[in-house]
Amino acid sequence: MITTIAWKEFRSLFASPLAWIVLAVMQLILAWVFLYQLSQYIDNLPRIQQLANPPGITEIVVAALFGFAAILLLMAVPLLTMRLFSEEQRNKTLTLLLSAPVSTTEIVLGKFVGLLLFLALVLGLCVLMSASLALGGPLDWGLIAANSVGLLLLVGAFAALGLFISSLTQHTVIAAFATFGALLLLWILNGLVQDPSHALLYLSLMKHFDSFNRGMVDTTDLAYLLLFAATFLVLTVRQLDAKRLQA
Amino acid sequence: MPHSPDITLSAHRLTRRYGNILAVAELDLELKRGEVLGLLGPNGAGKSTTMQMLTGNLAPSSGSIAVCGIDLLEHPKQAKAKIGYLPETPPLYRELTVDEFLTFCGRLHKVARTALRAAVTEAKARCGLSDMGRRLIAHLSKGYQQRVGIAQAILHKPDVLILDEPTAGLDPNQIREIRALIRELSSKYSVILSTHILPEVETVCDRVQILHRGKIVFADSIEGLRRSRQTENLLLGFARPPALQALQAIPGVKDAQLLESGLMLVYSAPNSAPAEAIARAAVENNWGLTQMSPERTRLEDVFAELTRLDTPNEKVA
Repeated sequence: MITTIAWKEFRSLFASPLAWIVLAVMQLILAWVFLYQLSQYIDNLPRIQQLANPPGITEIVVAALFGFAAILLLMAVPLLTMRLFSEEQRNKTLTLLLSAPVSTTEIVLGKFVGLLLFLALVLGLCVLMSASLALGGPLDWGLIAANSVGLLLLVGAFAALGLFISSLTQHTVIAAFATFGALLLLWILNGLVQDPSHALLYLSLMKHFDSFNRGMVDTTDLAYLLLFAATFLVLTVRQLDAKRLQA
Repeated sequence: MPHSPDITLSAHRLTRRYGNILAVAELDLELKRGEVLGLLGPNGAGKSTTMQMLTGNLAPSSGSIAVCGIDLLEHPKQAKAKIGYLPETPPLYRELTVDEFLTFCGRLHKVARTALRAAVTEAKARCGLSDMGRRLIAHLSKGYQQRVGIAQAILHKPDVLILDEPTAGLDPNQIREIRALIRELSSKYSVILSTHILPEVETVCDRVQILHRGKIVFADSIEGLRRSRQTENLLLGFARPPALQALQAIPGVKDAQLLESGLMLVYSAPNSAPAEAIARAAVENNWGLTQMSPERTRLEDVFAELTRLDTPNEKVA
């Protein structure tokens, strides 16, 4: 049942121009970043090689690419999640799902997985671009894997938060902007808090993605991102159930 | 119409509050297999709220609902599988084609993969959508969208079909077609239909419940409704109309009145049938009787009588 809903979400995305535009714009910008980093690397190659412990091409090009992709997705995900429940509530199509013999959990997970499938495409494009470097020399595949896992978890957290906010309102623009605001706040938290041991800093999504970006799969960060997504998915289920009850 | 005794849907003391507003109060409802029940009421009477509760879209404040003996609140999945629901606004994904949409609905309702294609074809055929399979729902006219909504509701062959104002916003031809379709469907399913169009109830339903401010104010078969509308008054037309006094003098006539249309309305005294006497008088006096028909209270009048707005009606969805 989850796969049925997920597949429908995935198909619906591509039925509208939105998915194509998001993919096209993301690819354009990411390709440009990728090529820019690559040319920087080639230009500075003589100097890099003089360093005692020179960074590889993967560290310079791929890590930068994924870091940039994370910021781009932070802006793109709210536009994709706003549809999921806000639009369905506004078009009154949510009734179809609610009157079907499926549980609220299945509906929420279906939509989440459907969107994640789409976001995995963006991730796939990043991986493919990075993999093309293998034509020129050896790559640090571990670093690429860590970045991929990190980015997937990160967009999962984005999507779960967006899904929740989308279930709160019928207005797609409000859902999109509120999600964007919340994500941005969680993103820049470490810029706003000076004290490095401050508890708020722990909430920063960027901080938790950073270690993946550097090639380190830390269970703390893994757990944080997973719990973040799970929390908001549970809240979404509860929110939808409360809608049936609310007076 | 085959009437089997088994009950497909029953609601008991169903109540729903929105804050302080009582939208539906202790409503009892029972539906037998093969029966069409009309749920009638003015806007804001609680029709849609009732239907949302019956389909599990809204939790009742108190009361119970059973679909084919399965409690909707305790076993929502099993119960919902037996319901087909067309809400007021048909829930259509406009970006999908009719085939894609119906296939998705079939999967949602766990129609077996092997039977899915046949089910979609059958639902389309029943709703006159056979040639529309590859059209985008967004490009269909309102009438066809409504049909897709109905196709979606009957696709998984539910025991109970719940249709919220199925003919709203359609043109007269489409209304006739949809009514014929509902009639046809009623041989297989139990149907609950909400409407505020009165003639629709008469043409389509077997039984009617009139809802007013969340309460059932009338519940009877359609024959019962007809009977309650019949009066002993007569509507008369004359080529050479007599004076009202002449009519009033006829035994059994309580009162007579000239209508704007030129016809005359004769009120009969209780337990008397003055028709024969009037006809004889008309022949004897050469009034030229052109028309004599029993006057019926219009359904609208019965409805208005039952749902008179004595106090301002709270508006509830």
